[in-house]
Amino acid sequence: MAKYLLLKHYRGGPASLNDVPMDRWTPEEVSAHAQYMSDLAARLEDSGEFVDSQALSSEGTFVRHDGEGRPPVTDGPFAETKDLIAGWMVIDVETYERALEVAGELSAAPGAGGKPVQEWLEVRPFLSPCVTITD
Amino acid sequence: MNESLLRTLTPAVLAVLVRRGADFAAAEDAVQDALVEAVRVWPDDPPRDPKGWLVTAAWRKFLDAVRADTSRRNREVRVDREPVPGPGEAADDTLQLYFLCAHPALTPASAVALTLRAVGGLTTRQIARAYLVPEATMAQRISRAKRTVSDVRFDRPGDVATVLRVLYLVFNEGYSGDVDLAAEAIRLTRHLAAGTRHEEVAGLLALMLLHHARRPARTGADGRLVPLAEQDRGLWDTRLIAEGVGILQAALARDRLGEFQAQAAVAALHADARCAAETDWVQIVEWYDELVRLTGNPVARLNRAVAVGEADGPRAGLTALARLDPSLPRHTAVAAYLHERDGDLATAARLYAEAALSAPSLPERDHLTRQAARLNAELRG
Repeated sequence: MAKYLLLKHYRGGPASLNDVPMDRWTPEEVSAHAQYMSDLAARLEDSGEFVDSQALSSEGTFVRHDGEGRPPVTDGPFAETKDLIAGWMVIDVETYERALEVAGELSAAPGAGGKPVQEWLEVRPFLSPCVTITD
Repeated sequence: MNESLLRTLTPAVLAVLVRRGADFAAAEDAVQDALVEAVRVWPDDPPRDPKGWLVTAAWRKFLDAVRADTSRRNREVRVDREPVPGPGEAADDTLQLYFLCAHPALTPASAVALTLRAVGGLTTRQIARAYLVPEATMAQRISRAKRTVSDVRFDRPGDVATVLRVLYLVFNEGYSGDVDLAAEAIRLTRHLAAGTRHEEVAGLLALMLLHHARRPARTGADGRLVPLAEQDRGLWDTRLIAEGVGILQAALARDRLGEFQAQAAVAALHADARCAAETDWVQIVEWYDELVRLTGNPVARLNRAVAVGEADGPRAGLTALARLDPSLPRHTAVAAYLHERDGDLATAARLYAEAALSAPSLPERDHLTRQAARLNAELRG
């Protein structure tokens, strides 16, 4: 089993194929979208592949160490052009192919007109603290 | 072996030890040891006075530990000189435990965790689950809190307001997993109210009961938020409402108004209305006026603006809102709501979408996005 991070982006990534801002959907479409994601999480829990998922606030700050005895430097809220992460899901699956399959399924959450949003998700493997010796 | 009996007795026993001079961490260890012994001995030889048994056992464990630790000899001497009262007059002891857990040296988050552990008798694992953090993280947080208060002696009465603040925070944490923090907060506040006649304790208890009564109606089956006006009032727990109103009336009759009583009065007025349209908004505005006078709290001012919008129309609400700091949490959502009521759907839709971006929780964000979506759909016709 290996863990993968599926990242949802607000901005910064390529646009979804069905790219309509959420406040232009119908209330039912918004509900269906949220329901789809929680149903998928429940299914992955049943299959033993779910680890964690979180939605993030749209506000964020870049932080950097600024030397001993000085407070950390921040650059304030993200500017419009910076990448913003909307949320993530962590899964623990048998193969890389399965990770792509799950991400594909997540990306197909319904959007405007009930059609899949087909948003771009980033799939990132976790680095493990040690390599398993298999032979 | 009755586990809930042990959970009820634990804080009282802990409180006796702490009052007798044991420091917090050592007292907790001793109580744990005594509980282990109880589990071993009680099935064969059940004590007639379980609490007295536990106090004696825990005190012995504590003294053993102190004797084994030479660096603690000074404290032992001090403790030894104090008369050892029996376990009979313990109601006040647990009260003191509340004050210790709400010590001003602790951050609010630590005070909450320590209260749940020491007064609520929850395990570290249960508290960690309720806060969605790893158990080791919560264990660290609690032991840091215990270190912070380890040298505090009970020589002066604590501040009731701080204790109430902590219980209020516990209540607002809501629930998740196997521990329902709102119910736990009510249980603790009931307990606190039984040991004190402070009218704000009663006010907080009434407030919690009145809010808790509406919980079954507050979320839909799919976890979505249902605003007050749209709630199915048949789902409200009338027994809790009656109890809350009764407690509140008794507290108000003592004529020492505080912010929790005022908040509870607002909740009672909502509970009293058979449908949203029958809500007595004029009286609610008056209670918010009291709240603003008592606390100057900007959130109370914001809520007041909503109430004014209902009592005197959306224009009056917007005028009241215009005097407030726009960076207040939920300011944009309130503005959106008032603009919608005023018929300016385009502005309302834009503000709902903007409010969704800074919503503090996912259900709230979804709710605001849905509101924006609803108005935009209406505008498209």
